[in-house]
Amino acid sequence: MFLVAIKMLFGDRARFLGIVMGVTLACFVIAQQGAIFIGIMARTTALITDTGYPDIWVMDPKVQYIDDIKPLQETELYRVRGVEGVEWAGRFYKGMIRARMENGTFQNCNLIGIEDATLIGGPPRMLEGAISDLRRADAVIVDHVGAKERLSRSGPGGSRVPLEVGDTLELNDRRGIVVGISENTRTFQSQPMIYTTYTRALSFAPKERKTLSFILVGARPGENPKQLCERITQQTGLAAYTRDQFRWVTIDYYLKNTGIPINFGIAVTLGFLVGTVITGFMFYNFTLDNLRYLGTLKAMGAGDTRLMYMVLTQALVVGLIGFGIGVGLASFVGFQTRNSTLAFVMPWQLLVGAGAAVIIICMLSAVLSMIKVLFLEPAIVFKG
Amino acid sequence: MSLTATHNPMVPPASAPREIAVSCRGVTKTYGAGSSAVRALRGVDLEIRSGELLMLVGPSGCGKTSLISVIAGVLDRDGGECRVFGQDFAAMRSAERTSFRGKNIGFVFQAFNLIPTLSIAENVSVPLLINGWTMSKAVQAAREVLGHVGLGDRWQDTPTRLSGGQQQRVAIARALVHHPRLIVCDEPTSALDHATGERVMELLRESAVGAGKSLVVVTHDSRIFKFADRVASMDDGQIIRIEDKSQGH
Repeated sequence: MFLVAIKMLFGDRARFLGIVMGVTLACFVIAQQGAIFIGIMARTTALITDTGYPDIWVMDPKVQYIDDIKPLQETELYRVRGVEGVEWAGRFYKGMIRARMENGTFQNCNLIGIEDATLIGGPPRMLEGAISDLRRADAVIVDHVGAKERLSRSGPGGSRVPLEVGDTLELNDRRGIVVGISENTRTFQSQPMIYTTYTRALSFAPKERKTLSFILVGARPGENPKQLCERITQQTGLAAYTRDQFRWVTIDYYLKNTGIPINFGIAVTLGFLVGTVITGFMFYNFTLDNLRYLGTLKAMGAGDTRLMYMVLTQALVVGLIGFGIGVGLASFVGFQTRNSTLAFVMPWQLLVGAGAAVIIICMLSAVLSMIKVLFLEPAIVFKG
Repeated sequence: MSLTATHNPMVPPASAPREIAVSCRGVTKTYGAGSSAVRALRGVDLEIRSGELLMLVGPSGCGKTSLISVIAGVLDRDGGECRVFGQDFAAMRSAERTSFRGKNIGFVFQAFNLIPTLSIAENVSVPLLINGWTMSKAVQAAREVLGHVGLGDRWQDTPTRLSGGQQQRVAIARALVHHPRLIVCDEPTSALDHATGERVMELLRESAVGAGKSLVVVTHDSRIFKFADRVASMDDGQIIRIEDKSQGH
């Protein structure tokens, strides 16, 4: 009877395509909007993700997310180093700085200062130059998107010439020489990332009484990072998070304090509702169209369970096809826009979520039809 | 009211075989309630012998369809008793009743009710699939029955490519394929021209009536009465006359 159900479904092509389109639309919107939402959330934590080496980030207890800088006194570094289980601890500066462009305009940039001696906290990948080049005088490393877009120079015919190794930048009236181009994850605000040493960063940055943004900590081998975090907090009064914890602290802030989840939630909910309505309506009509045949099957001895199974099979098949096309389309859009500013991350969890949504849509659509079939009088077959 | 038989018309003549396929006593059925209630069956007594072709005739709305629906177990009666092969549908659970229908009753409908998206072999194999056969075995058996009704070479076609007469032959094949003991036909010739109707009835008579098999045909078409062993006339929810035509066969 499985094949009978499938042939009944595929045989009515117009209706079949309509139902699949409903599921596809819902799945596409859920997957695509979900991927953009996750992409944006990933960008909020881009610096944490890109700064891969330290196990632990230590900061002022009032810090709510990565861009919420509440500088520490330099002496805090030594207190952290004194905690049992800390293998090493380094300074990390994060601030905003204005880069003066050749045409006189200014561009706000993220300025990252990393520990002078160890250079821990640097960019994740170098496209040109090396991190050790930061030891040269006035040296800075610029991320490739910033170099290509916002920090690029005007070229002949109005074209944009990317910032290259050897070019100079004017940062807060001081000269910075580009010694490397790094490949970074785009940040939430999409501002260029400029890396330099911690000491040089302080010379670029406006003067402040406290300057230490974060302390990056490496745990001793065999040390449990979470327990070490608790120990650091206990002994210093500072907040200490593992990299993963700090990512979630940041994401949690954006979820609770911005309209991003609501906006995307509305889009995803609308996609779900519209998909459910279209699919449910089309599927119910498909069942109504086939009621005479379902009644015939019932009269001929097909029980309610078997008919439910047939309806459910039809719903799941359209769901599976719609899911495949919807996710495929969303992935295609993501692939086509991979080099654009669009934030798009599609982890497997999103696919599972979209699949679950599709199953719910199909079940909701099938329930109406199943009720109709359940209460179907087989005597209908004798009515003209 | 004129009765052509001298004995009680609701009971087979004494010469008939003793085995009774269907036995209805005082069957009643009312649709709706209160002032809008319609009494479709008003105490119907009827017996259908094993191995006979009984036709139910009468004007529209007289209760023919309600009666075969009750006999076929697709409609619950309100009162009376109706036993099919000794089994009372009212005493069965829904699943048992469905299973009983699947094994013992075949259906031929006025509008054929062939599933248009299945091939005719697949349509014919549906009763076997319902009884748990695999698709390949069921289609094989269906092709044999289709050969018997003269459509062996059309087994891959869909019903929409067949004429009305051919579609009804497919429907008959579907009713026969699982060897039911009772076949219920609702106006099997009303959508067919006279010649095709005659051929369909010949086929039904030849294939569906025999030892241990019974056929009930609801019809308006007086031209096919000659195929019946008995003709039961209904009016206003009751059987008013039964004519024995078995001498002609």
